[in-house]
Amino acid sequence: MCRSQLHFADQYKTVDFFAVHNDLANISVPPDSAIQSVVSARRRDIQFGRFRMKCALRLLVGGLALATMQQALAQSGTMSLPKTVEAGSAFSIQTSGSGKAVLYIVGPAEVLKRDVQLGQPTSFAAGDLHNAGRYVAVLVGGGSPENGEFDLTPAKQPANLSFLAKPSRISVSLHDGISGAAYVFDAYRNLITTPMPVSFQLSGLSGPAQERTVVTRNGGAWTAMDSASKDGAAQFVARVGNISATRVIQQVPGEPCGLKMSARPSGQKIELQTEPVRDCSGNAVPDGTVVTFTELYNGTQTTVDVPLKRGIAQAEMPAYNGAKISAATGVVLGNEIRWGGQ
Amino acid sequence: MTKLLLVCTVFAASLPLRADQAAVRIEPTNLHGPRVLVKQTETAVIQDYLESWQSVDAALGQNRVDLLDRDFVGTAKEKLTDTIQEQTKLGLTTRYQDRSHDIQIVFYSPEGLSIQLIDKVEYDMQLLDHDKVQTTQRVHARYNVVLTPAEVRWRVRVFQADPE
Repeated sequence: MCRSQLHFADQYKTVDFFAVHNDLANISVPPDSAIQSVVSARRRDIQFGRFRMKCALRLLVGGLALATMQQALAQSGTMSLPKTVEAGSAFSIQTSGSGKAVLYIVGPAEVLKRDVQLGQPTSFAAGDLHNAGRYVAVLVGGGSPENGEFDLTPAKQPANLSFLAKPSRISVSLHDGISGAAYVFDAYRNLITTPMPVSFQLSGLSGPAQERTVVTRNGGAWTAMDSASKDGAAQFVARVGNISATRVIQQVPGEPCGLKMSARPSGQKIELQTEPVRDCSGNAVPDGTVVTFTELYNGTQTTVDVPLKRGIAQAEMPAYNGAKISAATGVVLGNEIRWGGQ
Repeated sequence: MTKLLLVCTVFAASLPLRADQAAVRIEPTNLHGPRVLVKQTETAVIQDYLESWQSVDAALGQNRVDLLDRDFVGTAKEKLTDTIQEQTKLGLTTRYQDRSHDIQIVFYSPEGLSIQLIDKVEYDMQLLDHDKVQTTQRVHARYNVVLTPAEVRWRVRVFQADPE
């Protein structure tokens, strides 16, 4: 634009220069050389003054004319936008008018800038614009910019699943104890918001697999499932189309279901031992679970905490005739033994 | 006179966008998950989300990736980072001044690790090319936002406008 303004001004200067020369032809000069030089100087001053005035006038007129032309060009620079474009697909924006302009495609998720030739379509290759969102298209062609908006929608084909599963370790036989939420994304990491079925499957070593299909809402789907009655690792899988994500859930035995101990004499002591401790589904309670043995004799209480080893707990306590001995773990109270038969 | 008008127009267009607060409307929650959303969590999520718009404005307005750290994580942060890098390359900056929000929390995942909200937002987008204002446009959009808990606040993990 600067170049054309300069060129425009030069044209006017050239025309003005010739006009000044034509005016000189009408001034008559006396033959005396001294007078002639004074007249020449005066004539140069007049020439220069006229030249400056005319230059300024013509430049002003030229500038106004140029501004009007720019306005006209800007008005003719319009564009036709698609309403929506699928992420990653090729598309084009048609412009009208003539001359050059700059096209901006702007959004928080992506920004593009292209030099365009008005009147010709501007093509965007597949993948040029791939982040879903609302975009503002701005066409700047010398005058006031032309703005428009369009949406870039996620691709229809799922390519990735974000799968959140909890907990990673859970007791057996818990209703709705395992939950999972899945978000479906396309190849460009756009959240696919059109509803689509997600299948969840929980399968372990024993028993039939649990399976549910949930249709996504706003790109997400969730489910809750029961933990199995047998301990062991379970595979928790979310699947949409041929895309899947797997999480391993460790199912561990639950709380002890019952506790039974036996006692036998061992010198001055009593040797206590539990039977293998199991949960209500018959799974062995893990080693390390603490069993508390309590002996009550003559108003004195003695307590021993023992962790399970190989499924059983063992302890030695003083042998007092008439002592009452009990065992407990968690909320489960075992049998009671009265020593000595008193 | 024409010159004066032109100067006025250029001056008006160069003015920074208003920094006043956006109007916020919170719709009743419409959860499709089993987890109960307590008021304290709801308030924290919305407050952190609204603050994320200020981070977007500052980060994209100054082309500074570090300004995203407080409020964004994962995909949202990566995409905004890419935009900032592209803007820097092209000599562009953009301002995003949010004007109004109409927010509804729609999903609280059962394990408590994500909250999803829909925001019908109105904002002014100003585009500058080498510090020259090219345009200012008011935009209406429906944002689909997923936030996940971090140490002390909720961070935006998905920040995506969908067709209304």
